[in-house]
Amino acid sequence: MKKSKFASLFLASSLLVGVLAGCGSGEKSSSTNGGEVSSTNGGDTIKIGANLELSGAVASYGSSEADAIDLAIEEINAAGGIDGKQIELIKVDNKSDAAEATNAAIKLTSQDKVTAIIGAATSGNSVAQVQIATDTKTPMISPSGTSTTVTVGDNGKVNPFTFRTAFIDPFQGTVAANFAVNELKVKTAAVYADNASDYAKGLAASFIKDFEAAGGTIVAEESYVAKDTDFRSTLTRIKGSNPEFVFIPGYYEEVGLIVKQARELGIEVPLMGADGWDSPTIVDLAGAAALNNTFIITAYSAEDPDGKAKEFADKFTEKYGKAPNSFHALGYDSVYLLKDAIERAKSLDGTKIKEAIEATDNLELVTGLYSVDEFHHPIKSATIIEFVNGEQVFKTKVNP
Amino acid sequence: MKKSKQFWPFIIAAVIVYAVVQFLISNGMMNQFYSNTLIFISINIILAVSLHLVIGITGQFSIGHAGFLAVGAYISAIVTMKLHLPFIVAILVGGIVAALAGLVVGIPSLRLKGDYLAIATLGFAEIIRIVFLNIDAVGGAAGMQVSHLTTWTYAFVCLVITILVIVNFTNSRHGIASISVRENEIASDAMGINTTYYKVIAFSIGSFFAGVAGALYSHNFYIIQPSQFGFLKSFDILIFVVLGGLGSLSGAVLSAILLTVVSTYLQGYPETRMIIYSLVLILVMLYRPKGLMGTMEITDYFKLWRTPKGGGQHGK
Amino acid sequence: MEWLQQLINGISLGSIYALIALGYTMVYGIIKLINFAHGDVFMVGSFIGFYSITVFGLGFFPALIISMAACALFGVIIERIAYKRLRNATRIAALITAIGVSLLIEYGVIYIRGAQPEAYPDVFSNRSFELFGAQISVQSILILSVSVVLMILLQFIVHKTKTGKAMRAVSHDTEAAKLMGINVDNTISATFAIGSALAGAAGVIFGVYYTKIDPLMGVIPGVKAFVAAVLGGIGIIPGAMVGGLVLGVVETIVSALGFSLWRDAAAFVILILILIFRPSGIFGKNTREKV
Repeated sequence: MKKSKFASLFLASSLLVGVLAGCGSGEKSSSTNGGEVSSTNGGDTIKIGANLELSGAVASYGSSEADAIDLAIEEINAAGGIDGKQIELIKVDNKSDAAEATNAAIKLTSQDKVTAIIGAATSGNSVAQVQIATDTKTPMISPSGTSTTVTVGDNGKVNPFTFRTAFIDPFQGTVAANFAVNELKVKTAAVYADNASDYAKGLAASFIKDFEAAGGTIVAEESYVAKDTDFRSTLTRIKGSNPEFVFIPGYYEEVGLIVKQARELGIEVPLMGADGWDSPTIVDLAGAAALNNTFIITAYSAEDPDGKAKEFADKFTEKYGKAPNSFHALGYDSVYLLKDAIERAKSLDGTKIKEAIEATDNLELVTGLYSVDEFHHPIKSATIIEFVNGEQVFKTKVNP
Repeated sequence: MKKSKQFWPFIIAAVIVYAVVQFLISNGMMNQFYSNTLIFISINIILAVSLHLVIGITGQFSIGHAGFLAVGAYISAIVTMKLHLPFIVAILVGGIVAALAGLVVGIPSLRLKGDYLAIATLGFAEIIRIVFLNIDAVGGAAGMQVSHLTTWTYAFVCLVITILVIVNFTNSRHGIASISVRENEIASDAMGINTTYYKVIAFSIGSFFAGVAGALYSHNFYIIQPSQFGFLKSFDILIFVVLGGLGSLSGAVLSAILLTVVSTYLQGYPETRMIIYSLVLILVMLYRPKGLMGTMEITDYFKLWRTPKGGGQHGK
Repeated sequence: MEWLQQLINGISLGSIYALIALGYTMVYGIIKLINFAHGDVFMVGSFIGFYSITVFGLGFFPALIISMAACALFGVIIERIAYKRLRNATRIAALITAIGVSLLIEYGVIYIRGAQPEAYPDVFSNRSFELFGAQISVQSILILSVSVVLMILLQFIVHKTKTGKAMRAVSHDTEAAKLMGINVDNTISATFAIGSALAGAAGVIFGVYYTKIDPLMGVIPGVKAFVAAVLGGIGIIPGAMVGGLVLGVVETIVSALGFSLWRDAAAFVILILILIFRPSGIFGKNTREKV
């Protein structure tokens, strides 16, 4: 058929045109930067990239962090910036998709030539940019990427340029198991974990191990996937196995609903979770009454009147007219972690900043005192808090 | 004779494009951002063209293409990451398994028509996704890490082969038969064409190339997760085909390039990105429901330019 | 009595699917359009209900009515602006437009108020009572009754009123209906208004029952409701109700057996089996193919 005679020719040539157009600007941008590394871009600003989930399935996580990052950078810039240099934030949207996260990271490192990247909110999208960060020697801090694979590769080696603000410690699972056995004196427990998050899976695994080691019995092990809304049928199943205690590692968006639905179904036993629960929204979602007899492990206590947490909550509420949640706190902390490291590195060189982050020692952040271990995991102490009529009440503190 | 006429210019043009880009990349004149965007465009073109064969040529309304993309992505990742075989094997295996999946899905569901077929393919794609979600060996919901093996060479060679195969298929007897299925299934059945056979064949070829695209995809983006292959991804591919013009291969290619570039450009405007994207979609459909190219190929425009010269002869 | 409890869980979930599925099925029945934006009308309805309760301090029933009215209007606007021009275009062009409208509504809402979730206030007491060992909350009783009342009302509108008769006529044969003096445009708008009002109601009910609402909440229930509509026989109103309930109960049973991660797959497997063995759905009539 004559019809497609030139079709192929056209295809090839249209590609060529696209390519040439691309090159035109490519050459321009590389010539302005003259192949220099970002550390020597001696301007008056420090460019920081934010690679976040601003649209797509988990847009609520990414945009929460973006709000908090804006706030932190505004504060730092108002206070004179870092060593007199203002921070310029470049936000890119990764559509909650790992492929887009890679593209975004490439754009930030090769087009915008940022000094460091904050993001992404989820582990998968963070892992998608690890290699780019390593190749371009750009330090990257994932505020809430909880999977170990974000900072430690499959081969067991630490990804040199990747850090995280969130706690991932299986330590929390151990604390929860000990608390259940020693303080609450329970013999049987059920575990209901978020299957989409390594954080929840890791906590569940360490809880089960330590609970059984202490002589307890796990009577039910169930899972859900983040963004579910109906947990009633699985909870009815859990109720049928008659546990004395339910451990629910996961994030407040689902946990709030789980707690509410569990109480409606008549599950009156103590429920416990970890720092993923920590958000004022959980009280709205579950209701203050349903939250009674639930416990969480966090790294800090918001009720401390002199603490950073209170100060942050006030500033945040003033700017956005709502109370912050744990994603806000982690996003905010990521900026300050980076600021502290850049100040100590006295340089914008990626490797020097990375070394400075590794040397972070008990930095006071909103989510607690922050240090980094050899696997780039944060070390934080654990505080157990009980909800009483919607208020957090300090129970006990456990050090690692 | 005809075939060779269109074959050689295409190959020559392809070689030129490849050589220029490869030169720029190895010279460092084109940074990673542009080379990565080009790879992403190539993957999207392969997806668009493979779906074009199913929807545009054979007229079977499939909205589950992401399912086959997922099969290719996961299978190829298993081949390289778990079995430690070379990438080229992974691409082939990914494509073949995706084609088999296409057969499995196609044989029962292609008896259905129109919207019902669309829903069935959507359902199958979701089932495929949930199967991967429940296999812990590939990481479950958290996803599987994959080495970066896709290069411009792999992407471009796969793209060229995809276009060649699909153009040749379209122009072959099989292709003509497929078009007759699209135009009027009952009539072509009455003419003695085994419609189910051609539908399944087109569907499997389409799935094969979706699988190839999946292999390139998983080895370009470091990690694959089941959530990347939901029905919204299928819609994205469908949009390439429809926006370009149903039945127009060059239209599918053009809109895949255009939409990828637009989407990448809008990355820096996160607040309004999806709003602009959706408005573009609605406006094009409202004012040009046939898509950018309609059913025309780009070569038809060359012919239009030439008609004034030749017009006299035909005695318009 | 775990199973009675599970049945109640399933019916509550199913009645929400059914309310959304009704809108899908009505629109499909009349203009053969898979209206993917329907799930987002549901979301908008939920937010309108939320703001009427929290900002204006209204009770559940006023909020429900406001949300239904606003969604009806919203549905008609969508139809007039986006779909009306496409009535004679290919079905696929209309489908893509519907996807576009859906994205526009989702990200429009995110642009206006952000993507963070919102918690519905408790409008009913959280009290629950025991029946044969199953916990039944006051909420789920009220929700079920509201859904049933709305469905009966819909049956009445479709079968007893002039508009309903016009809707059935247009759905049966648009051209003939036009010749009989029926204003097709207005009838289609009425269909959108009624379908969207039901989605709005479903949104408010969802909010009260499940508490958490966010701008992307309509995507999954939208697809599920669509499956429900096909299950019952797309275009058939009682089919959508039954399809919704069946889907809700099946999903609950799958979770109850301990396969909660396979829940969505179960819905689609049933969908495919139905399509292959009985493509016109549970209630559908087999139509002969015309040459």
